[in-house]
Amino acid sequence: MSGTVPVRLAVNGQTHAVDVEPRMLLVHLLRDELGLTGTHVGCDTSNCGACTVHLDGEAVKSCTVLAVQADGCAVKTIEGMADGETLHPLQEGFWAEHGLQCGYCTPGMIMAAADLLERHPDPTEEQIRHGLEGNLCRCTGYHNIVRAVQAAARHAREGSAAPPDLPPGGEESGRALAGEGLGA
Amino acid sequence: MSATVPGNGAVGRRMRRKEDPRLITGRASYVDDIALAGTLWCAFVRSPEAHAKIVSIDASAALERDDVVAVFTGEDVDAGALPCAWVPPGVEVNTSEHLCVAKGTVRHVGDPVAVVLGTDRYSVVDAAEDVVVDLEPLPVVASLEAAMSDGELVHPESGTNKIHEWSLGGGDVEAGLSQADVVIERTVVNHRISGAPIEPRAVLAEDRAGQLTVWSSTQVPHFLRLFLALLLGMSEERIRVIAPEVGGGFGAKLQIYGEELFCAWAARKLGRPVKWVETRSEHMMVSHHGRDQVAKVRLGATRDGKVTAIHAKIDADMGAYLMLLTPTIPSLGAFVMSGVYAIPNVQTDITGWYTNKMPTDAIRGAGRPEATHMIEVCMDQLAAELGMDPLELRRRNFIPADDFPHETALGIVYDSGDYAGALDKLLEHFDVGAFRREQEELRAKGIYRGVGFSTYTEICGLAPSRVTGPQGFGLQTGLWESAMVRVHITGAVTVYTGTSPHGQGLETTLAQVVADRLGCDPEHVEVLHGDTGTGPQGLGTYGSRSTAVGGEAAARAASKVADKCRAIVAHMLEAAPEDIEVRDGRFSVKGSPDKGMALAEIAGAAYIPDPLPDGMEPGLEETAFYDPANFVFPFGAHACVVDVDGETGKVQVVRHIAVDDCGPAINPMLIDGQVHGGIAFAIGQALYEQVVYDEDGQLVTGTFVDYALPTAAELPSFETDRTETPTPVNSLGVKGVGEAGTIAATPAIVNAVVDALRPLGVTYMDMPLSPVRVWQAIEEAKGVTA
Repeated sequence: MSGTVPVRLAVNGQTHAVDVEPRMLLVHLLRDELGLTGTHVGCDTSNCGACTVHLDGEAVKSCTVLAVQADGCAVKTIEGMADGETLHPLQEGFWAEHGLQCGYCTPGMIMAAADLLERHPDPTEEQIRHGLEGNLCRCTGYHNIVRAVQAAARHAREGSAAPPDLPPGGEESGRALAGEGLGA
Repeated sequence: MSATVPGNGAVGRRMRRKEDPRLITGRASYVDDIALAGTLWCAFVRSPEAHAKIVSIDASAALERDDVVAVFTGEDVDAGALPCAWVPPGVEVNTSEHLCVAKGTVRHVGDPVAVVLGTDRYSVVDAAEDVVVDLEPLPVVASLEAAMSDGELVHPESGTNKIHEWSLGGGDVEAGLSQADVVIERTVVNHRISGAPIEPRAVLAEDRAGQLTVWSSTQVPHFLRLFLALLLGMSEERIRVIAPEVGGGFGAKLQIYGEELFCAWAARKLGRPVKWVETRSEHMMVSHHGRDQVAKVRLGATRDGKVTAIHAKIDADMGAYLMLLTPTIPSLGAFVMSGVYAIPNVQTDITGWYTNKMPTDAIRGAGRPEATHMIEVCMDQLAAELGMDPLELRRRNFIPADDFPHETALGIVYDSGDYAGALDKLLEHFDVGAFRREQEELRAKGIYRGVGFSTYTEICGLAPSRVTGPQGFGLQTGLWESAMVRVHITGAVTVYTGTSPHGQGLETTLAQVVADRLGCDPEHVEVLHGDTGTGPQGLGTYGSRSTAVGGEAAARAASKVADKCRAIVAHMLEAAPEDIEVRDGRFSVKGSPDKGMALAEIAGAAYIPDPLPDGMEPGLEETAFYDPANFVFPFGAHACVVDVDGETGKVQVVRHIAVDDCGPAINPMLIDGQVHGGIAFAIGQALYEQVVYDEDGQLVTGTFVDYALPTAAELPSFETDRTETPTPVNSLGVKGVGEAGTIAATPAIVNAVVDALRPLGVTYMDMPLSPVRVWQAIEEAKGVTA
């Protein structure tokens, strides 16, 4: 093929230096070269948003960014959202509010929502719905995704360690599982 | 109904899902996430023509590339033809050969003509472009009308495009219509849609010393293993199929696809792992479509609104080949053609037709959305004709709650229901009188707001062999389910289910069911699925069957384990087994709650078997196979409120209220989630989505740019509630809920749009209610009324 180009970038705080084809998409660099398979591909036309990551702090669709364009940049993926075993408020929110079913759109949805909450820490339902219209979900009808983002916003504002509005009985098993899931 | 077991309260909880930690942290493993050393990538060379003769294929340029390992055409692939496993019983079906790579002729856009295998995922796509395929176009059958004319033929050797004719009836529909004071006749079009899960399909196959492992994004791993064995001429035990994390299905992954067969074949042929990941464009083109039926409906009633007969003559555009269930799909709707109503005369006549399009098959609801849509829009048409309130018309025809089990005119026995109860509950959330006043006020301001209703039942829990099998309707199968419950020595529990969930949350639901029977914490119940190598034979996830059939199998396996636990505890505590109950997480003696044993203690005794009763086998695991005695029939009532822009034709769903009854809730949070998704799927079909082919059979809607899935911005929040009417069919009392929202909602949306536009003279519309179509309807109505 047409030779390779060196790319140096920081992903979730870790620096990588890789040689890539000039046409390689960022999403394939992340998935196939760096093994970060939490970022997904769901379409060929930048409609679905399953591949959303943060590039220098802003949400981008990594199927629409060439790996070489990320040279010198900081990338954050879903794998970098939790702080050790402490979930990000959006991860807590999606879990508590049943904001996911098959989970395929979820990493992109969480990354897009994180960007939205940076800009609108206290978003209205309409702001959430318009803010996420670049991310498709076929399972949830978005109802609980909206609840999840609202819960995360509340959680972040209140700085509470406990997940928001957890119904009775759910918390205990949910908490214990968080450790298992992250450790696995 | 077997005796209920007093458990530990695990059933009925809004428990957070056990699946979620891996999914929200990016640690789940879908097929494309699995990397094997030495893997070859596949790129399919697909026909750009809808119908053509393959004159020649020249792969020499592709083969000159260093990173290309092989190119195969249909002539090279010595695997069997793809299966159509279920055909309607008792009729002749015009079948056709469907190969994983076409030989001689291609019959729809996307039909594969060659496959390139190479070491790099990008370069195989380049190489596929280098394959020169000479196609000689043949006449195209691009519409149902063209198919029915039999002018040009999709499969000329059979002499017709007709696939089959199949009827299901009860009573005498012509006599019933002659007794009617009013008969409405309406053609109802249910257009072609795509399942469009966000994870496209993917396959990875590996052969190690004659042991074939296939990872596939499928809803039916056990069926896939069976058919791979048959089509590759292998012994079944040499094949293991794994459905790892699967990113949604909606029926699109209930199939035996050519790409699955090809990758398995090529992995054996080349001795290397072979991987194919569908692009979205491929999904729109070659993952089976759904619906695509035109029904001529006649519905008759007396002047006082008693329905005397319903007749539907359905012509179905089934595409170019018959896939796994293709010709059976409209038949599923025929089983519930009288809906929730006591109609003495019911008849459905179905004809299937070949066209040069992708085949249709099961997509969320599979036949029941089509039936429910035609019944419920026609009930509104009838109400308008009678000058009667549409809800009053429905109430006058509901099967009464005290008439269950109810045998319909078709001989189908509805298990349980309270249709008026569901509608009453819906109206607690929706004040019709207040709405009508508001509607009048808004109309005065030029805002067209409407409300539409649907009351529905559906048939699910596929499938009782005594109803569907040779002694019943004569299909070749019943669809039982299996489960194995293994209590480990520490008291931890593993459940193996033959269902294959892909987003439904069965790991949580089944853990709750099993924990309830065993008196343990669902946190320590792990549910494994989707792997033919780890559990008993199973049949997969579709048709809203996984809880009603698979859940009952798990409950029964757990009850068998609980019975053994009771025997062990009774023996050790010197009590009678019938006096041991599961209470507060322990097996304890009735009346002496302090006298008992926890599951971990019992498991210890079972695996270190000194103290077991004489003759009892050590160990603590049981398997159950469950063949239901009947289908289950969820039901409910939906209301949809829309605003229609009279200038642009744009429809906005303002409210959607759903009352669904799937029996007692195991996890209410997951039920609501299924209903939300089902409604969104229906709104997608009703307003936005349509698979479109042009007059040359070219696919117009080949990407998400052209095929419009609803986004968060188009949809409202939904309002959901439940009634809980247990089924007597299984011990959990549960019915299915995965398809209910999709089945119920489209007619409510269409009825709402017609209600909104009635002052303008619009009386009926077919989906999708796109702005242009609504605008045209308004303009046409103006023309008529002007």
